[in-house]
Amino acid sequence: MSQPEPTTSPSGVIHDIGYRGYDGGRLDRRRIGSALFVHSLRGVYGLGRAGKSKIIPFGLAAVMVLPAVIIAVVNVALAGQGVASEPVLPYTRYPMVLSAAIAIFVAVQATQTVSLDLRFHTLPLYMSRPLARVDYVRVKYAALALGLLILMAVPILIMYVGSLFAEFPIGRETGDVALALIGASLYALVLAGIGLMIASLTARRGFGVAGVIAVLTLSYAIVSALQGWVGEVVGDMNTAGWIGLFSPMTLVDGVQVWAFGVETSTPAGPPDGAGPVFLVVTLGVIAACYSALAARYRRVRL
Amino acid sequence: MPVIEVNELTKRYPGATALDRLTVAVGDGVTGLVGANGAGKSTLIKILLGLVDATSGQGSVLGHDIFTQGIELRRRVGYMPEHDCLPGDISATEFVVHMARMSGLPADAARERTADTLRHVGLYEERYRPIGGYSTGMKQRVKLAQALVHDPELVFLDEPTNGLDPVGRDEMLTLVRRIYTEFGISVLVTSHLLGELERICDNVVIIDSGVLLRSSSVAEFTRASEQLAIEVTDGVDEVARTLSEAGLVVARDGHLIVVDLADEATYDAVRDVVADRGVGLVRMGPRKHHIAEVFEGPVANVAA
Repeated sequence: MSQPEPTTSPSGVIHDIGYRGYDGGRLDRRRIGSALFVHSLRGVYGLGRAGKSKIIPFGLAAVMVLPAVIIAVVNVALAGQGVASEPVLPYTRYPMVLSAAIAIFVAVQATQTVSLDLRFHTLPLYMSRPLARVDYVRVKYAALALGLLILMAVPILIMYVGSLFAEFPIGRETGDVALALIGASLYALVLAGIGLMIASLTARRGFGVAGVIAVLTLSYAIVSALQGWVGEVVGDMNTAGWIGLFSPMTLVDGVQVWAFGVETSTPAGPPDGAGPVFLVVTLGVIAACYSALAARYRRVRL
Repeated sequence: MPVIEVNELTKRYPGATALDRLTVAVGDGVTGLVGANGAGKSTLIKILLGLVDATSGQGSVLGHDIFTQGIELRRRVGYMPEHDCLPGDISATEFVVHMARMSGLPADAARERTADTLRHVGLYEERYRPIGGYSTGMKQRVKLAQALVHDPELVFLDEPTNGLDPVGRDEMLTLVRRIYTEFGISVLVTSHLLGELERICDNVVIIDSGVLLRSSSVAEFTRASEQLAIEVTDGVDEVARTLSEAGLVVARDGHLIVVDLADEATYDAVRDVVADRGVGLVRMGPRKHHIAEVFEGPVANVAA
């Protein structure tokens, strides 16, 4: 195997100093995965993409933060007048109150996370590198879930800071906010899973966005309406509670109600003894979304 | 040790066979993989990279088994796909840096190598603009850059001249040749045009319908078919006939007489015949065959 003699560089290209190889270190598969994770997480907020990609995520982040700031100020003001001794809105209820903004964020950023690689056919470039398909799935799922957690955690923490200024009992507030962050993590994992699963089915970003929004908001609207009807009109709160299993938001809300003993944000919370079922279904949904994504990318045509 | 080795490699799709018990070994240098559209060229590359699963058979690239050592294998190779694969909304620099990181380069090295590589493929100021606004030629260069940025030992280039105008085609082919001669990276390059590959390849592998037709060095291809072109002032037919009677293989190409160059004695025979006939010898020189003609067979010449 003889090495070829380097031929002369083309004249006229003054700064061409010839080819230099690379002998430095190379990252292993895990570190490449982390690099893709950071890249994808930045992408969830449009960082590193074109300017207009930042408008929606940052706009929605502002929508998420603003009410929290107002609530924090109200808490401080009410506490100052001695009217309130606890926050006007429990931390755990915040994601549900802003579920519409969260749904739009999931729809737009889930497609940003996976549909672009499908639409531009960039996937073969990833898969011809030292990454396995399952690495890609794990990284994308983790990046969107963390992006969503940040979206929910920042306003929750702002409310927490407000509570501290309002001089509510610090131990109680810290415990409550910790529970709310655990709840937000569950919301993030469920919503990211469902969003990615739908987004990965189409290279057309518009379809992906529409699909995710439809599934998230329709399921919530139908479940809430049914719960209201069955609970209030028919008067069967038990059945109404069970219906909460069938939309992502009410499902995780049920877990919070049961596990953290907080008040529900839905017309009907989980019935007595149903809490563990809500938790099992939540974990099942997360596992199912991950498996479906892994299967999707195992079979994807490259 | 061969750079690429496949043994009885088969790929069947429902209703079609892309590769049919293909056995071939490829050494270092620039190797052309030639075949009509649908001959199985892209399928072969995708199987070697682990993008597509083979139905049966074995293979190795740079000594790594293609089925069990995919990650290690892909660490050392680069791949330029045939189709469009670039996001439109980010710049070439951002994209190639990211792809370098995905190949395992640390952040600093990725930026440095990206700047170097984009310069080598001939992308200068435009590299900071979004790729969506690039011409086909520029996009092909970005695709090539992302395949080279991690300094692989072997690159797979799938139809790199696709969609380029004649000048762009020439530039791309020159660039492909430089990847080996200057960068020291072995190349497997596909094309459905035999003619454009012979200029830049050391070896050529020809497949058709997933079956190996021929695999040999370009030198062997052309040496086997060296010919002598002769132009005379007068009596072309008679000279041709006499040469033929002298036991030479003679063909006509317009006003040229083409004889197969058997050995040194061929030159003497031509000189003697021309002198006997008393016609003027305008020129006599070797005529290098194009592989395409060899491939089609000598019939193409006689017909003329």
